[in-house]
Amino acid sequence: MQQPNKLSPFFENLNFERDDNTMVINFGPQHPSAHGQLRLMLELDGEQVVKAYPDIGYLHRGIEKMAENMTYNEFLPTTDRLDYIASTSNNYAYALAVEKLLGIEAPRRAQVIRTMLLELNRIISHLFFIATHALDVGAMSVFLYAFREREFAMDLMEDYCGARLTHSAVRIGGVPLDLPSDFMRNMRAFCDKIDYELEHTYNALLQENRIWKMRLEDVGVLTPEDALSWGCTGPMLRGSGIPYDIRKEEPYELYPELDFDIPVADTNDSYGRYRLYMAEMAECTKIIRQLILKYDGTEPQLMAHAPQYISAPKEEIMTQNYALMQHFVLVTQGMRPPKGEVYVPTESPKGELGFYIKSEGEPYAYRLKCRAPSFFHTGLLQEILVGTYIADVVTIIGSTNIVFGEVDR
Amino acid sequence: MRKYVPKDNVQGKAYYTDRFHVTPSVPKENVASDEIFAKQLAAVEAKMEVLSAHIQLGQMVIEVKAEDNYKAIETLKNECDYAMLSEMSAVDYLAKDGNFEVFYQLLNLKERKRMRLVCRVEQGQAVETVVPLYKSANFAEREMFDMFGIVANNHPFMKRILMPDDWEGYPLLKTYPLHGDEFASWYEVDKIFGKDAREAIGPEIRDQAEIERYDTKRFSRVGHEVPFGADISEGEPETPIEYSKTLLVDYTKGTKQLDKRK
Repeated sequence: MQQPNKLSPFFENLNFERDDNTMVINFGPQHPSAHGQLRLMLELDGEQVVKAYPDIGYLHRGIEKMAENMTYNEFLPTTDRLDYIASTSNNYAYALAVEKLLGIEAPRRAQVIRTMLLELNRIISHLFFIATHALDVGAMSVFLYAFREREFAMDLMEDYCGARLTHSAVRIGGVPLDLPSDFMRNMRAFCDKIDYELEHTYNALLQENRIWKMRLEDVGVLTPEDALSWGCTGPMLRGSGIPYDIRKEEPYELYPELDFDIPVADTNDSYGRYRLYMAEMAECTKIIRQLILKYDGTEPQLMAHAPQYISAPKEEIMTQNYALMQHFVLVTQGMRPPKGEVYVPTESPKGELGFYIKSEGEPYAYRLKCRAPSFFHTGLLQEILVGTYIADVVTIIGSTNIVFGEVDR
Repeated sequence: MRKYVPKDNVQGKAYYTDRFHVTPSVPKENVASDEIFAKQLAAVEAKMEVLSAHIQLGQMVIEVKAEDNYKAIETLKNECDYAMLSEMSAVDYLAKDGNFEVFYQLLNLKERKRMRLVCRVEQGQAVETVVPLYKSANFAEREMFDMFGIVANNHPFMKRILMPDDWEGYPLLKTYPLHGDEFASWYEVDKIFGKDAREAIGPEIRDQAEIERYDTKRFSRVGHEVPFGADISEGEPETPIEYSKTLLVDYTKGTKQLDKRK
């Protein structure tokens, strides 16, 4: 018996002498296709998966615990670390939940900026999905092209807030900054670029690619019943033919004013989901183009006016005594929202990202639960992988688009 | 005298309380104000006792007894079209009311309605699993067990999910400190090197801001040239090496110029 408490290799993955002639292997926790720290224990019969058991928690940082020990504004940058591929969507989901609790609404210009950043983040996330998914399946060049465009998108984020990965670009009650002067021009150019590349690069490389179709079609079939039962949301749900998008069904921010479609795939397989992601990116550019027009003529106010909860703009803090006092109290003590509980769902690029906040009227949340879409998509792996071949495991993990920042939290 | 700190809730607390501050509450509406919710509530009430029900911020909240959780969710799923369990977890009220609140966040896709079913669970009491109804509860109930120690009966695989299997303590309890407890500080030492190595290694420092006073390996000493790893617990040794205490920089000049050493 080896000593598991010594720093010696412990070959638990070698289990050849079983009665039923199956083999147990560890897929991860360090595996390039696991998209993070996923340990997947697979029981194999030949090359076929008999049983799959996802083991998570390697990136557990106790973010929900931290939320109970931080004031509401302090916690906001921590939400960047949930789904770090599209951090603005986490910031926004959290800010929206707190705003619902406070009963305030962001001013118009902030809403335009927020919605635009959300859609930009959706493009960033989807490009990342296409890149890594194609890389996992074996198409190297798509990865290079998609990351090139993703750099442009991150440059735009950098122009706005200075950060490329952990944006914190949304505040409770609005946004911290106005758009820089040439942002709209760059954004329009980026939308044109994405539309062009979607058509001429990604679709041209993948859509009718024989190998890509062979690897993806009828792989990872998820029936609508299973998708609902496993709590799948976002592209996983719509990839199974259920047209439920929170932006459309329970609209928030500027989405009710915008004209966009919800792509749905009814093939239930990985290829359908891939098509869905591509179609969603085209919808994103459509939304951003409409938002660029909506920006003009809005009032310059960026943060909601609620002196009890939100600091006044900087000019007022520097010129008016009362605003400075409020700011001092809010920074040193934190805002005290009313007693109550709220669950606010938003459509993040991965699916339904919701924050449940229980407030007892203190500056610290009594309980904060982050409903992360990837957590439930990881749970799904234990069923969807059974019966597939080991070569398809990578495709299926890629197609669920899980990010371990939000699985483990 | 040291200030009394309550042990039953060691989470972050406001250090300043305004005794004239009246905490407002988010308004609760009557369930009768929404037709669809009223119908759904009636369906649940027909089957079991409902302890309280209201609508808060557009979502219905129903409280039932902990024993009725499975039956209530079954009713909501089969009769009220709540096809998805978005989330379920618990809230620790041990310090306040002596129990946990377990909540199930449900989604009705047809009527675009969301509701929360809550039940109060005593410490040590288990709830019935809802995995036969919603498979998403598989991971969610494991997480609840991992974080609060609330067991779901008849769960197919009731085991810790985020924390290691041999972990002691439940991290999201209000009694659990943010930086971990005694067990947490020894966990990795015990696991990797064995309990015998405790004395040689010492507990894991879980406070990131901690600075050890006599540490000459990671920190330099201002004004003293101390060899790497030297023991200075008896005081810093007098070293013959000249050491400049201040570096005067003339910012009026274009490039930085250091003053002559004193």
